[in-house]
Amino acid sequence: MTLPVELQNEAPSKLSIQAVSKRFASRKRDKPVQALDNVSLEVAEGEFVCLLGPSGCGKSTLLNIIAGLENADTGGVKCDGADVTAPGRDRMMMFQESALFPWLDVLDNVLFSLRLKPGLNASERRDVAVFYLKLVGLEKFHHAYVHELSGGMKQRVALARALAPNPRVLLMDEPFAALDALTREQLYGDLQQIWKERKKTIVFVTHNVREAVCLGDRVILLSPHPGRIQEEFRIELPRPRNINSIDLARHATIITSALKGFGRGGPPMPMGDGI
Amino acid sequence: MKRVGKVVIFFAGLLLVWQVAVLLKLWSPVLVPSPFSVGRYLFEAATDGTLASAMVVTIKRLALGYAFGLLVGLPLGLLTARFQILEDTLGLMALGLQALPSVCWVPLALLWFGQTEGAMFFVVVMGTLWSVIIATDNGVRNVPPIYARAARTMGSTGLHTWLRVILPAALPFIVGGMKQGWAFAWRSLMAAEIYVTILSGFGLGHLLHYGRELNAMEQVIGIMFVLLAIGLLADKILFSPWERFLHRRWGTAR
Ligand SMILES: Nc1ncnc2c1ncn2[C@@H]1O[C@H](COP(=O)(O)OP(=O)(O)OP(=O)(O)O)[C@@H](O)[C@H]1O
Ligand SMILES: [Mg+2]
Repeated sequence: MTLPVELQNEAPSKLSIQAVSKRFASRKRDKPVQALDNVSLEVAEGEFVCLLGPSGCGKSTLLNIIAGLENADTGGVKCDGADVTAPGRDRMMMFQESALFPWLDVLDNVLFSLRLKPGLNASERRDVAVFYLKLVGLEKFHHAYVHELSGGMKQRVALARALAPNPRVLLMDEPFAALDALTREQLYGDLQQIWKERKKTIVFVTHNVREAVCLGDRVILLSPHPGRIQEEFRIELPRPRNINSIDLARHATIITSALKGFGRGGPPMPMGDGI
Repeated sequence: MKRVGKVVIFFAGLLLVWQVAVLLKLWSPVLVPSPFSVGRYLFEAATDGTLASAMVVTIKRLALGYAFGLLVGLPLGLLTARFQILEDTLGLMALGLQALPSVCWVPLALLWFGQTEGAMFFVVVMGTLWSVIIATDNGVRNVPPIYARAARTMGSTGLHTWLRVILPAALPFIVGGMKQGWAFAWRSLMAAEIYVTILSGFGLGHLLHYGRELNAMEQVIGIMFVLLAIGLLADKILFSPWERFLHRRWGTAR
């Protein structure tokens, strides 16, 4: 089978987050919540960046702003130099809950995003959907319904659905948080493989330190109230990474202590294998 | 097949008890006719065409009013869910009117429309419309916002989101509302048919009414059986497929 044009890799995008601030009016107290305060971040083409931080530090908010689902109060996001003002197919999002549509079967869920993409006929759409379902290892489940899938399978379908329109950027908001450790480990492997094959720019939100170290080229540590970038760590471990490796655990320990001791700040700390 | 057997035995048993009670002359035969005389009445009414024509009249009234109620109620429910101002006005009105027993529309319909098909149509629509509006509105409000957000990231906007995401996501609620609307419409139509004579067509309700006037108990009971059968059939034909669909897709227990 020749790979249709549609399935060839799009060049991954460069993201530029420039001095983004966002505050939410809080209903109970008069004081509004400063979810993000002057957050700036550059993400290179094809880079895998993990946003790490405690609950409520604005990770989801930042991701939603990159997706175009929410607007920043000040500052903004550029994707390949163009301002992000609305959601776009070049930036697909994966949520913590799979957000799959229960009234559609697995194949139709993946086709949902493709039907909205112009320039494809029905059989091409089908080929593309089948290709991605195979990529995530669900070729035998085309006609299963969402409630018939395990948590891990649901997230695989969600991943296929997000990959199907061939976005340049993949935004993932704690996609594996609700899964058991074993399933998660499998998905770490698969995601790294897919990232390598499909060459996406990925922004991955998590509050699991090991997960961040296992997946990210860089781990960005956010501090809460107000949400700010506290520190960043470059992870230079060879891939594919195993979450149980000792090197990885060492990195995770350093980041965990940084996570615990907010307020010490500092320049980005390069961390090679030597540490 | 075992299930069918048990069902047959249950109903045959009921008939038998009935027949035995009649044979023992527990009640006056005028008040409790035997199953055979009811059967005879139904057979005669079926062969001379009165039953069929009454059924056609009733079912046509029901179908027209119900279809209209759905056709209007569904979009109105979507609109009240979408626009706060409509929710505060139309939504509130629907909530109030839905709580009103739909039989209460009969006197008003008669004054407005006279003894015409229009009155019947009106009563059925009033029975259907408000519960469909409320159920649709409620269903849409209960759709997890994550569905619409996910759809937006995939390029869905405006009407597409409403038709392809919100509407199907609200379906379990909407089917519930359709079912309730049907029940209200059916009850209020029967009340109206028993209550008023409309020369353009004699429905099942009229046959029931005349059964009473003529003291023909076998007719009253026979027609009640027909009504019961129609109710059961409607459930099996109209709603069971939807419920099976929802059950299959959502995996919800019935
Ligand atoms: N729509 C909203 N309205 C009001 N406040 C909000 C809203 N969304 C987020 N917030 C507030 O903004 C802050 C950041 O929220 P956000 O969801 O981005 O956190 P998070 O880092 O993703 O947390 P978690 O790890 O628990 O998902 C929180 O204090 C939250 O209460
Ligand atoms: Mg979050």
